Amino acid sequence: MQSNWLGCWALFIKEVRRFYSVVVQTVFAPIVATLLYLLVFGHVLDTQIETYGEISYSQFLIPGLVMMAILQNAFSNTSSSLIQSKMHGNLSFVLLSPISAFEFYIAFVGAAIVRGVVVGLGILIIGMVGFDLTWQSPFWVLVFAVLSAAMMGGLGMLAGIISDKYDHLAAFQNFVIMPLTFLSGVFYSIHALPMFWQQLSFFNPFFYMVDGFRYGFFEQSDVSVYVSLLVTLVFLVLVSTINLILLRKGVKIRQ
Amino acid sequence: MSRSAAVCFHHVIKKYGDLSALKGITFDVEEGAFFGLLGPNGAGKSTLINAMSGLVIPTSGRIEIQGFDVQKDYRQTRRLLGLVPQELIADPFFSIRELLDLQSGYFGLTGVKQKAWVGELLERLALSDKSDANTGQLSGGMKRRVLIAMALVHRPKVLVLDEPTAGVDVDLRRTLWDFTKELHQQGHTIILTTHYLEEAEALCDKVAIMQQGEVKALDSTQALLSKHLYRYLRVTLGGAVNHLIAPLQERLVEKDLNGLVFKLEKTASLTQLLAWLHESQLEVVDVSSRDASLEEVFLDLTAEGSADAK
Repeated sequence: MQSNWLGCWALFIKEVRRFYSVVVQTVFAPIVATLLYLLVFGHVLDTQIETYGEISYSQFLIPGLVMMAILQNAFSNTSSSLIQSKMHGNLSFVLLSPISAFEFYIAFVGAAIVRGVVVGLGILIIGMVGFDLTWQSPFWVLVFAVLSAAMMGGLGMLAGIISDKYDHLAAFQNFVIMPLTFLSGVFYSIHALPMFWQQLSFFNPFFYMVDGFRYGFFEQSDVSVYVSLLVTLVFLVLVSTINLILLRKGVKIRQ
Repeated sequence: MSRSAAVCFHHVIKKYGDLSALKGITFDVEEGAFFGLLGPNGAGKSTLINAMSGLVIPTSGRIEIQGFDVQKDYRQTRRLLGLVPQELIADPFFSIRELLDLQSGYFGLTGVKQKAWVGELLERLALSDKSDANTGQLSGGMKRRVLIAMALVHRPKVLVLDEPTAGVDVDLRRTLWDFTKELHQQGHTIILTTHYLEEAEALCDKVAIMQQGEVKALDSTQALLSKHLYRYLRVTLGGAVNHLIAPLQERLVEKDLNGLVFKLEKTASLTQLLAWLHESQLEVVDVSSRDASLEEVFLDLTAEGSADAK
């Protein structure tokens, strides 16, 4: 069956324009909120938390905060767009068009990557200028930024598909995404944790995304960057597969 | 499937848990037809339309549009079909023109020719001066016109209108009637669901009446009207009605200041009615007769269906 990449591109553009039309809420607000974390935690804990060798706590914290912003914003983009379209009924405009489940997924996740990376870049530029942070390996920074945003965009889509109302989505965001993000090593190296919590962190997929991303800056990490890459890829494939099955079956979308 | 069928339904079943919304629907809509899909609320009309457009996946059965399967060949069928949904949907993030451009894009349609077609649609549906307005801020009538434009951006062969004139004023209803007639004359197959039965009677050349997920009647509008077993007689009276004998009581359907309306079997003679009126000591000034309207046919058929269900 022939593809419809022009349709996929149009949907991607629509999703980007959707968040751009409320740029203060979708880009500037998360940047400011994340910088407040940096200001408060960085200032208070700068000399109290041990990181990697010469690296200051603020420098250590910035990649974690950037990744946290990428994860949360990529998730928000797909989940809120999907639930809003479902609630307003305008999702049917897309469902009536000859766009396949795969093209639909690519367009939504593509826009989630753009938003996640734009917000992350905003924080990163301020962090690099203000805190003398440099990246040792931009390749790994880019790889983890894009793959993690894609994984979270997919997770957001899953939440958007399953949720029937905003309340369901809020529950998913507050009881799953938020705890996993805060316990992923954004604010600390897991080696600073007691053994039990350290072991538990290895079951948190977000930990590998934060750790791999941080490796791109310092070439030091809590686990091998290749392990982090593998875990991120496995979760990306898993989430994408589940989404594609649900989209093809039309679960909670084509009822 | 007959060669000239635009849409074919083959034993379409849709179940929501224990509820059967569609119970094995089978019929064809001929190419170039102006087809009316009628039925009371909950009859399954919208479910059938949504199944045809891919918004609902049937539990079993098959739907074909110009020979293409709605599930397997969805890219072809969605290009062939335009749906104007019943709900007044809007997208508060975009203006009318942006929405039409995006919808064109979903179908892979770009370029000068497509822009010109979007401009033509805006012009024809009297939306040009509002093309930059946000769709979330439009009146109900405007939203309805936007939805029609959205359904036509890809120039579909089959246009499905789900209650297009619900809640619109008389002027707009007239405009929409004229527009759909024009599309029909251009060769589009039109499938219309409506609660306004005079609308179906005026526009549709063929009608299906649905009830409780089943097709109760399917025929040309004229055949349905002529097959009806009754005619209606209005009797204008010169005085008050004090008493009606039993045969008249049974056939009385309306009573107003000007007189009485009786539903009479087509086989019954007018002489018999006049005799009953005489027996009831009524002063008859005038008698006029008419055939049943589609609304009366519809009410009779759906009443029979409800009785059967009980």
